[in-house]
Amino acid sequence: MDFELMINSFPKLLNATLITLKLLSVSLILGLFIGLGFAILRMNNNKLINKFAYGYSYIFRGTPLLVQIFIIYFGLGQIEYLRTTFLWVVLKEPYWCAIIAFSLNTGAYTSEILRSAFQTIKPGYLEAGRSLGIPSKIIFTKIQIPIAIKQSLPAYGNEIILMLKGTSLASTVTLMDLTGVAKYIISTTFKPVEVFIVAGGIYLFMTFIIHNVIKYLEKKYGFQT
Amino acid sequence: MELLYFGDKGWGDELFFATLMTIAVSITAMIIGFLFAALFTPLKLSHNKFLNSIGNAYTTVIRGVPELLVIYLFFFGGSGAIMFVASIFGYNDYIEINAFLTGSFSIGIISGAYSTEVFRGALQSIDKGQFEAAKVLGFNKYIYFFKIILPQMLRLAIPNLSNVWQITLKDTSLISVTGLVEIMRQSYIAAGSTRDPLFFYSFAAVLYLMLTFLSMQLLNRLETKYSKGY
Repeated sequence: MDFELMINSFPKLLNATLITLKLLSVSLILGLFIGLGFAILRMNNNKLINKFAYGYSYIFRGTPLLVQIFIIYFGLGQIEYLRTTFLWVVLKEPYWCAIIAFSLNTGAYTSEILRSAFQTIKPGYLEAGRSLGIPSKIIFTKIQIPIAIKQSLPAYGNEIILMLKGTSLASTVTLMDLTGVAKYIISTTFKPVEVFIVAGGIYLFMTFIIHNVIKYLEKKYGFQT
Repeated sequence: MELLYFGDKGWGDELFFATLMTIAVSITAMIIGFLFAALFTPLKLSHNKFLNSIGNAYTTVIRGVPELLVIYLFFFGGSGAIMFVASIFGYNDYIEINAFLTGSFSIGIISGAYSTEVFRGALQSIDKGQFEAAKVLGFNKYIYFFKIILPQMLRLAIPNLSNVWQITLKDTSLISVTGLVEIMRQSYIAAGSTRDPLFFYSFAAVLYLMLTFLSMQLLNRLETKYSKGY
C-alpha cells in the first residue's frame, strides 16, 4: 500500500469530482425536462406520437451509453452541414457532447419512471378534481405532477445513482472527470488498487449522500407503496 | 452499404465476429456473476454480523462505483495481482492475462453484485411456510434446496435476472477500453480506418438493439415457462 500516493492523489481527484458533479447536475436537470416531455407524449392518445415516444425510450434504453456518446461526439461531426450551423459551436466541445448524450439517456429512463408514476395515480383524484370544476391544466400541474413526483422518488433516486456512474464515461471522450483523472494516475503510477480505493471512496460517498437525501425526501413526502 | 460487405472489402465479417464476441463475453460474465452471487447471497442472508457485512460491502461497493473504474482496476491491476500470487509459488516471469478473461471477470463481478441482490430478494419473498414444511417433512438437504427452494426462487428471480442480463450486455461495451475486439472496439477500428464514425457507431447501436430485443424475446419465453404453475 502506497499511502503517500493516496494522500497526494486525493486533492487531484477531489478537483475532478467537481467536473463529475457538474456533468451530473446539468444532465439531470435537462434530462428531467426531456423525460417529462416524453412521458406526456407517451400518454397521448395519438398512436403515432405514442409510438415515437416509445421508440425514443426503447432506443436509448436498449443501447449502451458509450455508443450514444460516440455517435454524438465522433459521428455528428461528420455531417458537413452541421459544421456550418451554430450547433457546431456546441458539438465540437466534448463537454457538451457528453452532456447531450447523458441528458438524452437519462431522459429516456426518466420518461419511463414518470409515465409509470402518472399511471399509478388513482382515477378518483382526477375525477374529484374535474367534478370540482378545476381546469385540466391546473389538475395536471397541481394534482398529477405532485403525486407523480412523490410516486417516482425511489425509482428516480436509483436513476440519479446510475447517472452518477454513467458520467464516468465522459472520460472516454477526453474529459478529465473523476474516472478520467483516476485512470491517468493509474496509468502513470501503475498503482491501481490505491487509486481505486480513493476514487471509489469518493464515488461511494456521493452515492451515500444521494441515497440518504432521497430517503429523507421519501419520508418527508410520505411515500406509500 | 459496401462498408458491410463480407471479405476484404467490407467490415461485415469483422462486425459479425465482434457481435459473437460480445455475446460470448456477456454469457461468460453472467456465469461468473452467478458464481459470485452463489457465494455472496448466503453471506447477505447470514445472521452472523461479520459475514453479513462482507456480503453488504460487496454489493454496496460494486453498485456504487462506476463500471469503468472497476474495469480499470482489473485491467491495470489484474496481471499484477496474479504475478504476486505466482511469485509466492516461486514463479517470477511476467504474466499477461488475456483481455477476454479480464473483461469477463470484471463485468462478471459487477453483474454478480446485481444478481446477488436479485437472489436475495427472491429468497426472501418465498413464503416462510415452504422452508418450514420442507424441514418438517424431513427431506434431505439436496431435495430441500434443489427441488423445493430453488425452483420457487427461480420463478421469482427470472424477471429481474433478465434486467441484470440487459445491464451486463450493455456493460460489455465498456471493456472495449481494454482492447478486446467486441462490437464497440470493432466499430472504433472500422470508424478510424474508413473515417465514417457516424455509420459504424450507428450500426453498433443497431447491433446492440438487436441483441437486447432478441434476448428479451427468449427471456420472456423462459419467464412464462417457469411461471407455468401460477
